[in-house]
Amino acid sequence: MAKLVYNELLKMFRKKRFLVVVLILAVLIPIFTYAQYITVQTTIKQIGTSDWKAILQQQIIDQENRLTSSRVPDEWKKWTRLTIAQEKYYLKNNINPTSPGAPTFVRKFVEEAVALFIPLIVVILAADLVSSEYGNGTIKLLLTRPVARWKVLLSKYLALLLSVSLVMLITGLLSYLISGIIFGYKGWDLPVLTGFIQQGDQLITTQVHLIPQWKYIIFAYGLAWFSALAVGTISFMVSVLVRNTATSMGVMLAAVISGSLLSQLAPTWQSLRYFIFINLRLTDYLAGKPVIISGMSLPFSLAMLSIWSLVAIVIAFVVFSKKDVLN
Amino acid sequence: MEAVLSVEHLTKKIGARTIVDDVSFEVKAGEIFGFLGPNGAGKTTTIRMLVGLIRPTSGSIVIGGYNLQSDFLQAIKQVGCIVENPELYPYLTGRENLEHFARMIDGIDTKRIEEVVRLVELDKRIDETVKTYSLGMRQRLGIAQALLGDPQLLILDEPTNGLDPAGIRELRAFIRRLSQEQSISIFISSHILYEIQLLCDRVAIISHGKVLKTAPVVQLVGEESKVEWSVDPLPNAVSHLSNLPYIKNVEQLGKERLMVHMPVEKIAETNQLLLSSKIQVSAIRPMNQTLEDIFLEITGGEGIG
Repeated sequence: MAKLVYNELLKMFRKKRFLVVVLILAVLIPIFTYAQYITVQTTIKQIGTSDWKAILQQQIIDQENRLTSSRVPDEWKKWTRLTIAQEKYYLKNNINPTSPGAPTFVRKFVEEAVALFIPLIVVILAADLVSSEYGNGTIKLLLTRPVARWKVLLSKYLALLLSVSLVMLITGLLSYLISGIIFGYKGWDLPVLTGFIQQGDQLITTQVHLIPQWKYIIFAYGLAWFSALAVGTISFMVSVLVRNTATSMGVMLAAVISGSLLSQLAPTWQSLRYFIFINLRLTDYLAGKPVIISGMSLPFSLAMLSIWSLVAIVIAFVVFSKKDVLN
Repeated sequence: MEAVLSVEHLTKKIGARTIVDDVSFEVKAGEIFGFLGPNGAGKTTTIRMLVGLIRPTSGSIVIGGYNLQSDFLQAIKQVGCIVENPELYPYLTGRENLEHFARMIDGIDTKRIEEVVRLVELDKRIDETVKTYSLGMRQRLGIAQALLGDPQLLILDEPTNGLDPAGIRELRAFIRRLSQEQSISIFISSHILYEIQLLCDRVAIISHGKVLKTAPVVQLVGEESKVEWSVDPLPNAVSHLSNLPYIKNVEQLGKERLMVHMPVEKIAETNQLLLSSKIQVSAIRPMNQTLEDIFLEITGGEGIG
């Protein structure tokens, strides 16, 4: 089996899939770093001070102003109110939420990337894993070896798990190294709040506590890794079901993006929470960001991702072992 | 002789369509077996069933004594194949491709890889990526990967497709060498009659999913040939020829031309005879009977597409 996994990794690397992903990261992370830098600078200019307390206070005022507008839908009002509560908590406890430094960027980056950016990168890796073998006809060579079909597929899946893990590691490393150039490399021990619990409209802060940022980052990357694996698994199934890479990638991009869009467009649609790609934002639970659809929680989202992944795995293996190779 | 591949009552239905219909044949040890039929006759579907890519609706396939459906791993170990085009990974080098497939079979070392590379004469270009290869080279690399596992049976699906005449000749010589030196049984499908006739010991003719006939090529083609004679005067020649015991079916083609069914080795004797009867012979053209004729005979003039 190790030999088969080696084969799959070899193909992934030689096809330059991995290089593409690393290049995308290497180009985009500096852009995000710069964007973050500009945002901080602009806020400082607007408020006329680099005092983060003043910035936070301004943010709270802005949000309260927005609340008074009658055009804001109720769902958004609820959300904003909760965010304000959280920001006031930071203020009272003298914690700078945007405290600069590379580790803070690493944390923020993964929180933002988990819903769309990381899934897209995982799709690039996973979408053609099986479909490309059909596309260029090499599946005929692969399945006429003295190796059971399920072993061939398992080797591909293991290769995918390994490469997704590697990508997560590279994402963390690159975002630390690149953003550090501007923000400095300090801040691992910075205290970060976590332990928020959402109960109906209330943000329960009784469980809230401070943990060092490095610990928080490990949790956050762990959760992001889990949701990346779920996306990878679904994408893997699509790659088995569909014969060409373009279709496979298209289907997955559409699904991931609509997951992201739907959660913003239709937060009142309750049953949407059973859709896998609504549940990707696992890090939000850690950060105490208000949930989009009520009834969602960390255990709920973890369960959804696991169930969808399991079903996808079963479908992928059954179809792959039974399918006639006709093309 | 022992059968390396034995196919019995093989049938494949997709939806309401029967693509392969009750096909049975045997490939014996060491022979080159031709599988001949027009495009769309069910050749490729049959081959895909032989190598386990498609599940038969019914019927059995036994390779080297192992049933393909119930004992896939053992059965497929005996087989090397190229299904349709030799599709390898274009972004890997020839050697990397071979190593990739070697990792999927137990007990293949670098020595074996070197061996097959030398056998297909790719030594010089083996470390270049496959996308730089010509079709002929890809075909040879395809054969190299098929030979890696030291198979008893080599299955080639339309191996000459897309090759230029020189490439085809080269491939034909190579296949003959393989069959003689390595004593591998070879199963070749083709829609080109000439190819099969030049290369194969026995042939199965398939049309519309059914095997119409299985027989040795020599037996199908027969010892008899058509010979075209240009003679003057014609009526005399006709009466003379019709009297000869080994001549059948004298057919008048034109003012001076005759088509005669006769053994080729009797041409000189017949010529002598005509000359001594003061009949002028200006041309003798033996026409080998091709499988095309046989195909037309069997199918009743349907043609081979």
